[in-house]
Amino acid sequence: MHLNSLTCHELVEMIKAQTVTAEEVVEHVFRRISEVEGKINAFISTFNESALDKAREIDEKIRRGESVGLLAGIPVAVKDNICTRGKLTTCGSKMLSNYIPPYNATVIEKIEAAGGIIIGKTNMDEFAMGNSTETSFFGCTRNPWDITRVPGGSSGGSAAALASDETILALGSDTGGSVRCPASFCSVVGLKPTYGLVSRYGLVSYANSLEQIGPMAKDVLDCAMLFTVIAGHDPRDGTSVPRRPCDYTKALNDEIKGVKVGVLKEFFAVGLDERVEKSVLNAVGILEDLGATCDGASISYLEYAVPTYYLIAMSEASSNLARFDGLRYGFTAKCEGDWNEVFSTTRGEGFGGEVKRRVLLGTFALSAGYYDRYYLKALKVRTLIKREFEKALSKFDVLVAPTMPILPFKIGEVIDDPLAMYMMDIDTVPVNLAGVPSISVPCGFVDGLPVGLQVIGGFFDEEMVLKVAYAFQEHTKFNLKKPEI
Amino acid sequence: MATGRDEGLDVKIGLEVHVQLTALKTKLFCGCSANYRGMPPNTLTCPICLGHPGTLPVLNRKAVEHAMMVALALNSSISRQMIFFRKNYFYVDLPKNFQISQYDKAGGVPLSTGGWVEFAVNGEKKKVRIRRIQLEEDPARLTYPGTITTSSYTLVDFNRAGVALLEIVTEPDMETPEEAYFFLQKLRSIVEHLGVSSENMQGSMRCDANISIKGGARVEIKNISSFRDVRRALQYEIIRQKQLLRRGGAAKQETRHWDEDRQITVSLRVKETESDYRYFPEPDLVPVKISEEWISEVASKMPELPDDRRERFTSDYGIPEYDATVLTSNKKIADFFEECCKLYPNPKKVANWIMSDLLRNINETGIDVAEMSITAEQFIDLLKMIDEELISGKIAKRVLREAIRTGRSPRKVVEDEGLLKISDEKMIAKIVDEVFHEFEGAVADAKRDRKAVNFLVGQVMRKTRGRADPEITNKVILSKLEEK
Repeated sequence: MHLNSLTCHELVEMIKAQTVTAEEVVEHVFRRISEVEGKINAFISTFNESALDKAREIDEKIRRGESVGLLAGIPVAVKDNICTRGKLTTCGSKMLSNYIPPYNATVIEKIEAAGGIIIGKTNMDEFAMGNSTETSFFGCTRNPWDITRVPGGSSGGSAAALASDETILALGSDTGGSVRCPASFCSVVGLKPTYGLVSRYGLVSYANSLEQIGPMAKDVLDCAMLFTVIAGHDPRDGTSVPRRPCDYTKALNDEIKGVKVGVLKEFFAVGLDERVEKSVLNAVGILEDLGATCDGASISYLEYAVPTYYLIAMSEASSNLARFDGLRYGFTAKCEGDWNEVFSTTRGEGFGGEVKRRVLLGTFALSAGYYDRYYLKALKVRTLIKREFEKALSKFDVLVAPTMPILPFKIGEVIDDPLAMYMMDIDTVPVNLAGVPSISVPCGFVDGLPVGLQVIGGFFDEEMVLKVAYAFQEHTKFNLKKPEI
Repeated sequence: MATGRDEGLDVKIGLEVHVQLTALKTKLFCGCSANYRGMPPNTLTCPICLGHPGTLPVLNRKAVEHAMMVALALNSSISRQMIFFRKNYFYVDLPKNFQISQYDKAGGVPLSTGGWVEFAVNGEKKKVRIRRIQLEEDPARLTYPGTITTSSYTLVDFNRAGVALLEIVTEPDMETPEEAYFFLQKLRSIVEHLGVSSENMQGSMRCDANISIKGGARVEIKNISSFRDVRRALQYEIIRQKQLLRRGGAAKQETRHWDEDRQITVSLRVKETESDYRYFPEPDLVPVKISEEWISEVASKMPELPDDRRERFTSDYGIPEYDATVLTSNKKIADFFEECCKLYPNPKKVANWIMSDLLRNINETGIDVAEMSITAEQFIDLLKMIDEELISGKIAKRVLREAIRTGRSPRKVVEDEGLLKISDEKMIAKIVDEVFHEFEGAVADAKRDRKAVNFLVGQVMRKTRGRADPEITNKVILSKLEEK
């Protein structure tokens, strides 16, 4: 049996019942990694030894009859912008290609406390800036469904690792769609939680006010399990919202009769691939079959969402990434001169093209004289868009839309057209601007390429989002289809 | 010297004072100890104050309360929200290459706006308006081996990075370096009385000064480390700008650096345009509401301020307002005075001795009041030695000077130097005999003219180094003259 191809909920039962050991699970995962990594390139680093040590510890605990957590013995792949103490955390950048954090992100502590085993760090667009994983300093990750195509991004490594059974669970981060886009492109499940629900402590900031760490998994139940572990208040994150802990797996049942589903009209407009449209509308039909009441919903100002998102994200990024100067950690250019010259040369050599573009544009947008015209205006539009979502979500339990307007594209096909790249985020960025939760769940295939359905819920209503996604998945079973690698 | 007002020069001085909230145990946004003085460099740091990727700031609420106390004491109106902004600029002392600070534009509000400080300059009342007060993080401490302009490398100590700092900006209401000096004295006394910042810490209060003289642009002077140097730097700047005027020129807008060793200001950079700090709201810190209740709670815990203490000193101890003002201009001195008054029944005498002798000696020796080692008990012991006629007032002054200079107790000085007063009539008579023998002419004069007696008394004093009781000496000389 290939243990690596199973799900978290299946494996946890088996490990706890001692029909398999955590050590075996980890071994299977690493065997799979060594088999397919040459083709996929999902990982930047893997931690074979420490993972096996942890697995043996868990097994020992189980043998002694001690209590183990919700994720006992389960391998978790972590996006490389989430800090792991003593282990390389590169953000897919030359700038941090040698950076070993002295501390763990809160989510890492939580996963380890729940018995999860960090097996490695996954590839990503440099500093999470991109939706194809092509901007990584460590080379592009390939889509397991077609290795000539991108896996989506920026959490492309995490999604590809799941789709190719190189891990059981994964963490991504979603600033403008970076969990949902690769989940959609790789036919896995990815949740962007309500802003403030998962601690960002230890997530290397790209755009602080927009992003959340999100669980990624092979099915909705696994996603809910990982989410249950990582969600919750963290005093180390000032934007973290105090809420009582919640077991999100309890919400899952396939009973969605009477659930009011709003189909976001504007998300089915120009730019949407007809094949994707058909697939998503078909999914809406299935939800109706399951007893949900589906109706048209509308979000105004959608045409401003992409520019608004990029203005805010780039502005925040220009400031967040200022700390990378080579003085205290990370890459330092070999350069003689005063600190100004060293900083400039280090940043010139350490950052890739897309990062520089965003830092420059963000710096411009925050400059005196432009601040009101760009940044402040973007904040105002953001408030309007947030209100639009609140309005729509007062009428519906969830809103549905395509996750991505297109199918996974060929590696190198779009990378030289930044504007076309940015426009692909049209269906995901509005959700980050609003701060509401959203999941991408597999909803079919077109010519062998995955399509994702996006289910958006009200603030802190992850239970509803997960429930609808779960009902859809249990009825369609797209999650069970595996790529041939 | 530019101590008085320069008529017609239209000197305008504004200050930007940075007050470290040294009473806080931890830094503004992380749990690191804020008590970095005397610690080896870069030992009080954590991923947060080193600006490691992925770390987030968490606001120290105590810092907000201490800041609120200062705002209340300066009559400044506290904003309803605590909003932080990022001030973006690249510099080696900023771990994140931005400083978490506050901003009064673009939807931001400082901690407080408006207010004033009233203080006395040479007996005259002066009021300086406060423009705003804001809370921010201190950058790392830079050391330039040699001087800032010649050093080939810079040492960075991140122990200071992230310590809570208040920026207090005044209106350009001061007209002389003296006024700036006394403003700072008063401000320091206030923060010390509040217990939020203590003066005996190097760099706990730092000051940048802005000065403009008729016709010239605003010049900013940075890196002034003591109040005395604020006065000196401003005096220097006034002379420099006056000379520019005399030559038909005018000061240009620039930032100058106070060179403590050479006691001059040197041009650091000429400001052609306003720096663009690209301020925007700090996304990692949600605005904190400051409720009316919170303000009154903080206000209710406020300790006595210098002005109230001055009033109390005049009413409780019956000392003149001038004395009370001088004594309360430094918390340690005010505390010292009160301790002394508990041990001694004559407050006016205590005040006189503190003001005319203790403070003068401290100033002359260049010792900081904070480092003064004499205790109230020792000081009162000295006054009691006078009362008990063990030493004369004149000797006491000498003893005090010596005690302050060497750190010995006054009694120890008296013992070591054998300064006890000679009141033994026989011993004095012996010395008078010696003097009479040496100065026969003077004795003859004194018999005719009583005024010449003083000369003979002086000679006895010379021989006893001032220890002979003057009254007894006088009596003995007169009776011996009678005998002759």
